[in-house]
Amino acid sequence: MDDIYREQILEHARHPRNYGHLPAPTVVREERNPLCGDQIRLELAIADDVITDVRFTGRGCAISQASASLLTEAIKGKPVAEAKQFSKDDLLDIIGIPLAHNPTRLKCALLSLKALKAGLYGVGQEDEEI
Amino acid sequence: MATLSQFDVITLRRDFPILHQEVHGKPLAFLDSAASSQKPRRVIEALEDYYRRYNANVHRGVYRLSEDATFAYERARGKLARLINAPSQREVIFVRNTTEAINLVAYSWGSANIRAGDRILLTMMEHHSNIVPWQLLAQRTGAELVYLPFDGQGRLVLDDLDRLLDERVKLVAFTHQSNVFGTINPVEPIVARARAVGARVLLDAAQSVPHMPVDVQALGIDFLAFSGHKMCGPTGVGVLWGRRELLNAMPPFLGGGSMIDLVELDHSTFAAVPARFEAGTPAIGEAIALGEAADYLREVGLAAIHHHEQELTAYALERLAEVPGLTVYGPPAGPDRGGAVSFSLEGVHPHDVAAILDQEGVAVRAGHHCTQPLHRVLGVPATTRASFYLYNLPEEIDRLAAALRKARQIFA
Repeated sequence: MDDIYREQILEHARHPRNYGHLPAPTVVREERNPLCGDQIRLELAIADDVITDVRFTGRGCAISQASASLLTEAIKGKPVAEAKQFSKDDLLDIIGIPLAHNPTRLKCALLSLKALKAGLYGVGQEDEEI
Repeated sequence: MATLSQFDVITLRRDFPILHQEVHGKPLAFLDSAASSQKPRRVIEALEDYYRRYNANVHRGVYRLSEDATFAYERARGKLARLINAPSQREVIFVRNTTEAINLVAYSWGSANIRAGDRILLTMMEHHSNIVPWQLLAQRTGAELVYLPFDGQGRLVLDDLDRLLDERVKLVAFTHQSNVFGTINPVEPIVARARAVGARVLLDAAQSVPHMPVDVQALGIDFLAFSGHKMCGPTGVGVLWGRRELLNAMPPFLGGGSMIDLVELDHSTFAAVPARFEAGTPAIGEAIALGEAADYLREVGLAAIHHHEQELTAYALERLAEVPGLTVYGPPAGPDRGGAVSFSLEGVHPHDVAAILDQEGVAVRAGHHCTQPLHRVLGVPATTRASFYLYNLPEEIDRLAAALRKARQIFA
């Protein structure tokens, strides 16, 4: 337990970074997990193929919200091409908690990444592909 | 510590092999029987016995194994009929689960009896399985769905029946016991009101048949639906009970083997009930094992099980009231309060609650429990639910309360 609820996760869940809305987002993507009702809305400002700003709103468990917070920090200022390459393993590395063998919580953790990929590619992505 | 009268849980627990294990180094406290119950040894053995000794298809072979399988399958039907006091075992149809039972009624009875402008009365506390099949029927026929609301304590607002229940209503379908609030709904007054306008009544008994005596004749209902896996039986088998005259008049649901009388190239005639509604090879071993589960519950005594769960629930409501930041939904302890207790812990998402509880060996359900409309009324996306069965102990509720305090500390 103490493995999953590390201080970094709790801290990001309590004080999520880049939380809120952008005045004029280029891309808005909302994803939800129908099993538990978790929800993430990701807003991206893109200029010259660079993610110049990012915000998210959402509700859900600590893992889903902290993961979204960490993801926004990781992609802010990055070229779109690089963000598109951002992988499941990259996100799990940042989150830094052992979720690989916990498929239910993995879905929580990857909800924000699903929103990012779907937003950048403009289509729904299957879980397996992210 | 609550003491439980006339009910030897410690001895009963020996019947359930799965309970005697550790999870994350802690003894398992299984508090999710409303989702699916555990199985006593004799149910597991009945399933194994079928596959080891007399596995064969039913109603087909003229050889010994098939005759044995057919005999055991039909005997199981009789056991289920006795469990719910059905007038005839021919009124007991084996289906996959409650969901399939309700879909069967919605397609078969619904297609023959529901027209544009008709109404189907549901309640705001229904499981999705007692909403979506009626929505699909309404879309096919142009019928309309109306919903009886619940009050702040998770009880149906019966006064609203005056407003909602009129001659346009052809069917009232509602849950006997809420899987979220634990509310045991008053069947008799609703049936009386439905009868007065000529409406049929379907009772979703997924959460009641496993936990209390249910007598379809005394209740005066038309259809009863329940699942095997929530009542100590296997997954993949459940029951639809219906009044014989209604079932006999209903067109087939699924077409195929077993359900026919004569098959010509352009049309067929259909078998009598219940075979008409059991197309294809059924879950034979599972139905036989479900019969064993029905016998087991009858031997332990459903009134005794109900009493035990009422005591556990009262104890749980007491202990949970002491946990800071905890909001419990549903009625207070009493005769209409069954053993499903849903709650919110301030500042902690239900998923996180359940994950922390899991680390303490306590298994609970987190989510919307297939009741999104209900949760929308509560104004929360999800809740955490602890639910009790015959094998649960007050000590497990103590561990639940302690783990909830720990969850609160982690997120403080």
